[in-house]
Amino acid sequence: MGLLVQDKDIVVPGQELAEGMDYLPSTDVLREKDKLVSMKVGLVSINNRFVKVVSLSGKYLPKREDIVIGRVSSIGLSGWRVDFGWPFEANISVRDAVAEFIEKTADLSKYFAIGDWVLAQITNVAGGGKIIDLSMRGPSVRKLGPGRLLRVTSAKVPRVIGKQGSMISLIKDATQCKISVGQNGFVWLSGEDPAMEAIAVHAIEKIEAESHISGLTDRMKAFLDAAVGVKA
Amino acid sequence: MVYTQRFDGRKFDECRPMSAKVGVVERATGSAMFRIGKTYAVAAVYGPRGFYPQALANPTRGVLRCNYNMMAFSGAGERVRPGPSRRSKEISLVTEKALAPVLDLTGFPGTVVDVFIELIQTDAGTRCAGICAAAMALADAGIPMKDLVSSVAVGRIGGKIVLDLSKEEEDHPEGATDVAVAMSTRMNTINLLQMDGEISAEELKEALVLVKKGCEQIKQVQIKALREKYQQEAKHE
Amino acid sequence: MNNPLREHILATFAKDVRYDGRKFDQYRPIEIEYKISSKSAEGSARVKIGKTEVVAGVKLEIGEPYADRPNEGTLMVNAELLPMSSPEYESGPPGFDAIELSRVVDRVLREGAALDFEKLCIEPGKKMWIVLVDIYPINDAGNLFDAALLAALAALKDARFPKVEDGNVVYGHPTTTPLPMKHLPLSCTILKIGDKFVVDPTDVERDFEDARLTVGTLDNGMICALQKGGETGLTPEEVAQMVTLAQQKTKELRGLFR
Repeated sequence: MGLLVQDKDIVVPGQELAEGMDYLPSTDVLREKDKLVSMKVGLVSINNRFVKVVSLSGKYLPKREDIVIGRVSSIGLSGWRVDFGWPFEANISVRDAVAEFIEKTADLSKYFAIGDWVLAQITNVAGGGKIIDLSMRGPSVRKLGPGRLLRVTSAKVPRVIGKQGSMISLIKDATQCKISVGQNGFVWLSGEDPAMEAIAVHAIEKIEAESHISGLTDRMKAFLDAAVGVKA
Repeated sequence: MVYTQRFDGRKFDECRPMSAKVGVVERATGSAMFRIGKTYAVAAVYGPRGFYPQALANPTRGVLRCNYNMMAFSGAGERVRPGPSRRSKEISLVTEKALAPVLDLTGFPGTVVDVFIELIQTDAGTRCAGICAAAMALADAGIPMKDLVSSVAVGRIGGKIVLDLSKEEEDHPEGATDVAVAMSTRMNTINLLQMDGEISAEELKEALVLVKKGCEQIKQVQIKALREKYQQEAKHE
Repeated sequence: MNNPLREHILATFAKDVRYDGRKFDQYRPIEIEYKISSKSAEGSARVKIGKTEVVAGVKLEIGEPYADRPNEGTLMVNAELLPMSSPEYESGPPGFDAIELSRVVDRVLREGAALDFEKLCIEPGKKMWIVLVDIYPINDAGNLFDAALLAALAALKDARFPKVEDGNVVYGHPTTTPLPMKHLPLSCTILKIGDKFVVDPTDVERDFEDARLTVGTLDNGMICALQKGGETGLTPEEVAQMVTLAQQKTKELRGLFR
C-alpha cells in the first residue's frame, strides 16, 4: 500500500502512482477504486498527501488572473477581439482598455489597432472557455511594440519565468533584452543588438528542452556567461 | 495446411520487431511514429482547436476527429489513388472509437482535437499501427487520458492462433482469419474489435487472451518512447 | 493595420541579421535519406531542410502512350499539403497552394528533363512507362518548394524498374535497373522581404513575404523553370538578381547528389 513512485519521477498516462486511500488525487491524477493513476506525461509532484502530475506538454488552458500575450484580430462597436492561441478569441471591452473615458463615437483603433500585440490579464473565463475577458488596465499589462514572438509549451512557462521572476531576469540582465512572457506560452522579446536577441532566444529554447532536468538554474547561468562573454 | 512454424520464423505469441519515437512532427501539438515489421505509421495531433462550423461543435466537451490516410506509394502493389476511400474513412471512424473512450475532453468544450495518421509503408496491421502511433501522439500532446491505447491484430491460420499477422499470413490462399483489436490493457477494455474470416467462439476467447499479451508488449514500447523524449542528458555548453 | 512583428524583422534585416543566425543566402542543413518505403514504393526518399521534412515515393505503371508522343513515357507529379505538417492546412482535396506546389515541382522536373522520356517507351504507340511521383510534407517549417523538389529527385534516383511478366508489372520484385535520368534540375526559392533577398525561407519568414521566386536551373546554368508568388511585384532588375543568386545556390546544391 502507498506510493508507487517517487517525487519528480517521469510518469506516463495510465501509470499507477499510489495504492490505497492514504493519498489524494490532484491535477491530472485520477482515482480509480483504490489506485491513483496519471492522466498525462509529466513529473510526479507529491505534497503531503496530494499527488499531482506536472504535465510536460499540452496546450494552455485559460485561467482568471493569468497574464497572456495575444494579437488584436478585430475591432467591434464596444471593444476589441484578441487571438491568444486558444480556440476562442478573447474580448477587451472599452471600459477595460484604458483609464480614461472613451466616447461612444471614438475611433477605437487609436487605442489598439488590428495587428497590435498586447500583454493583457484574463479577468473572466466563462461558458467552459468560450468567453474570455481581458483587461488592459493595471500595472502588469501593456501594448507590446516591435519584437520577436516565440512559442513555448505553456507547461514550461513557470521555468522560463523562474521563482519570483529570477530566471527571466537572469536572461534580461545578461542580454539587455526586453522580454515579456505570457502564461499562454507566447514570449515577446526585443533587443537593440540582434546577436543578444539570438542568445535570449537560445536561452529560452534551452529552458524548454531541459526544464525537467535538475540543475537548470546553474546550467542557464553558465550558458549565458559563456554566450554573452564570447560576444563582449 | 498445418501451421507448425511461422513463415518468418517467429513464435506464435511474438510480434514483429517494433520501434517508436515521439515528437517527430515539430509543428504539431503532439506526434509519434510507430513501426511494426515494415508497416510504418506517423501520427500528428493538433488541438484542442476551433471546431467549424461552431454550430456543430459539442457544447459540453471537445470532440476527437481522426483522419487516416495511406500515402500513394505505401501499398504493396499498384499506386493507391490519393484521397479518402471507403476503407480509409472506415478506419478513420474506428480509430476515433478506439481512442475516444480513454480521453477526457471535458476541459475544452466546443473544440476539436484533430489526429492525422499517415501510412508511409504498409505491410499488414496498418490500422493497428495507426492507433498505436495516435495514442502516443495524443499523450505527447498533453491530452488527458485514462490509459494509453495499444493495438495489434491476432489471427487464425492453419488451425493456430497467432499474434500480429504478417502480410504473407494475411494473404495465405487457405484463408487466414484476422482479428484487429485495440485495448486499454490497464482497464482491460477492448475499444476496437474487427474480424475478417471465420472463427469459433472458443478460438476467439483464445485469440483475445493472446491479443492482450501482444498489447502489453506494445504498451511497453509506447511507454519507452514517451519517456525517451525526456531522457536526454543535459548538454553542457 | 499594424504589424509590430514585421517592423521588427525589417529592423533586424536592416542590421544584416537573420533570426536564426544564417546568412541571407544560406540554406539550412540538408539531409537526404533513401529507401524509406522500399517494400512498397519503387523508389522513395525523405528530405530535411532544417526542420522542414518531406517524403516522396515513386510508383511505376505501364500504360498507352499519348497520341501526340507515341515514342515517349510520361511523368505525373502529385504533392499534397498534409494537414499534419502545419496548423494552417486543412483536410480535403488539394487547394491552390497544393496544386501550385505539384505543378512547380512538375515543371522543374519536366522542363529540366530529369527523365529521358524516350527511354521510358516500351513499345512505340502501344506501351509506355508511367512514372508517378507522390510528395508529402511531414513538417512544414518553410520552403516546401525546394524540399519537395529534392525529395522527388532523390526518390527518382532511388527508383528501380519493377519486374515485368507477360506485359504486366509484378510489384515487389525490383530489378537492378535505375530509371533513365538525363539532367539534374534543381530549384532555389527566394523571398523578397522589404529590400532583402532571403534564400530558403523559414515558415516564420514566409509570414512576411512580399514576393517569392522559385527558380529551376540545370547543370549548365540554364534556367528551366520560374514561378513567382506573393502579393508584391518584382522589378526586372530584382528578377535578374534573384536568378543569379539562384544559379549560384543550386550549383552548390548539386553536391548533394554526387
